[in-house]
Amino acid sequence: MKRFSWFNATSLTLGFAFLYMPMIILVIYSFNESRLVTVWAGFSTKWYGELFRNAEFLDAAWVTVQVAVLSSTFATVLGTMAAHVLVNAGRFKGRTLFSGMIYAPLVMPEVITGLSLLLLFIGIGLERGIFTVVLAHTTFAMCYVSVVVSSRLVSFDRSLEEAALDLGATPWEAFRLVTLPIIAPAVISGWLLAFTLSLDDLVIASFTTGPGATTLPIKVFSAVRLGVSPEINALSTIMIAIVTVGVVTASLISKRTAVARAREEQAAVRSE
Amino acid sequence: MRRAVLIGIPYLWLVALFLVPFLIVLKISLSDIALARPPYMPQLDLSEGLSGLFAFLAELDFENFVFLTQDSLYWKAYLSSLQIAFTATFITLLVGYPIAYGMARAAQEWRPTLLMLVILPFWTSFLIRVYSWMGILSNEGVLNQLLSWLGVIDAPLQILNTNTAVYIGIVYTYLPFMILPIYSALEKMDESLLEAAEDLGCSRLSAFWLVTLPLSKSGVIAGCFLVFIPTLGEFVIPSLLGGSQTLMIGKILWEEFFSNRDWPVASAVAVILLLILIIPIILFQRNEQKQREAEG
Repeated sequence: MKRFSWFNATSLTLGFAFLYMPMIILVIYSFNESRLVTVWAGFSTKWYGELFRNAEFLDAAWVTVQVAVLSSTFATVLGTMAAHVLVNAGRFKGRTLFSGMIYAPLVMPEVITGLSLLLLFIGIGLERGIFTVVLAHTTFAMCYVSVVVSSRLVSFDRSLEEAALDLGATPWEAFRLVTLPIIAPAVISGWLLAFTLSLDDLVIASFTTGPGATTLPIKVFSAVRLGVSPEINALSTIMIAIVTVGVVTASLISKRTAVARAREEQAAVRSE
Repeated sequence: MRRAVLIGIPYLWLVALFLVPFLIVLKISLSDIALARPPYMPQLDLSEGLSGLFAFLAELDFENFVFLTQDSLYWKAYLSSLQIAFTATFITLLVGYPIAYGMARAAQEWRPTLLMLVILPFWTSFLIRVYSWMGILSNEGVLNQLLSWLGVIDAPLQILNTNTAVYIGIVYTYLPFMILPIYSALEKMDESLLEAAEDLGCSRLSAFWLVTLPLSKSGVIAGCFLVFIPTLGEFVIPSLLGGSQTLMIGKILWEEFFSNRDWPVASAVAVILLLILIIPIILFQRNEQKQREAEG
């Protein structure tokens, strides 16, 4: 019985048109000759040139990349540790508080996270700059990482790690040689998630940043507050292109590894 | 020993950078504004031992919270945030459900691609997705040009900087959060149940109401909370798409802090926002728990 009807086809078409139309329009107008974003005056790539000559944007982009690489790496290490503690450490004093602190930042409004961290930094007299933004991003991103990694750790067969320990591996070796390779896909997607969250964050960065550490979202926000600008369209197009290539590549790779794994498993079964 | 280090590092990190900052907000919300650096008082002075602590505690009061109830701006902003979040969540559900339904009923080999197409916008910058609507909704924007070209309107519609634009922005940016849980609930559904309902004389529509919708309930609830909770404290959407009459508490907190520099009031606004959020968060957790138990 065929359930795929005209209704479904229409809702999918309209739904995806709604999801993608605004971004397509944004990309189209980034190639507009005119500064007036709404009047089409012919094809041009000049706004990309303007963008790359704009030192403020380039500086902000560099700050953003530094913050994102550092904070997502710290967040991945801390988040993986936290996931390991949540899943494997059993009972310990303050466990409820710990899991509460892992899940709370996920639902905490960004304005509150930002405000509270800023008040802390001022309270302890820490000078604000790239370092404080990294601290802030690491803190909320590690919670996301630990959720992603712990969902993988839950289904991980611990007897593998125990076997390695029985065979004389140190706990660190057992983790590095047995557990880590198996949970690696979750750790990598946790890192990517943390990286994207950091790249994207406006609110928390605005609260915790200081002079000389303007990130790209802060720069973009202050520019678009004044209205639509073709340079921002060009910048957005570049970012959309990077994300699209990244996500499509990642999904192709994961599809290929899934196929390869299925083949290996079949081969293993056959050879038995 | 090794276990203690493993637990201790993330634990201490979260205490120092999540719990303590929050306690500071709580404390400052009970303080008074002062013309000093930092611009609030009292300051905790432990050099005098316990008496310093008591002197400090005696100075704290609920003045800021009283102020929030007296100035109508704040409770209007809370109410209007709640109302915008409710309405926007409902619209997102109406838009998202048919898409999730269509995806779940699409051919098996199409589903991963459709799923990727829903997730892709989530990886794209939130700010950019909100910004993309500014060029569409403005007075000289794409939408107004299209409508006047079609002859539907004579004068441009004022959409940007109104609550309508805020609704559009919320529905657009949070749509994937609604689609994904509903899709995963619908995908698990056994289609033979629908055939059974129809064999027993149900019309397609009543089979939907009596079978499909109840079976996707947990997905609908999860999706609604995933949209409602972040929308309530939203800042970017009201400040870029909304107008001066758009009252949302995230924006008020931002302005209170950055423009008025009134830290104690900003902190009090934050504390009340959290208190309001606790209810939907608990309900959401309960729904998740129930779902997990149902799955085994």
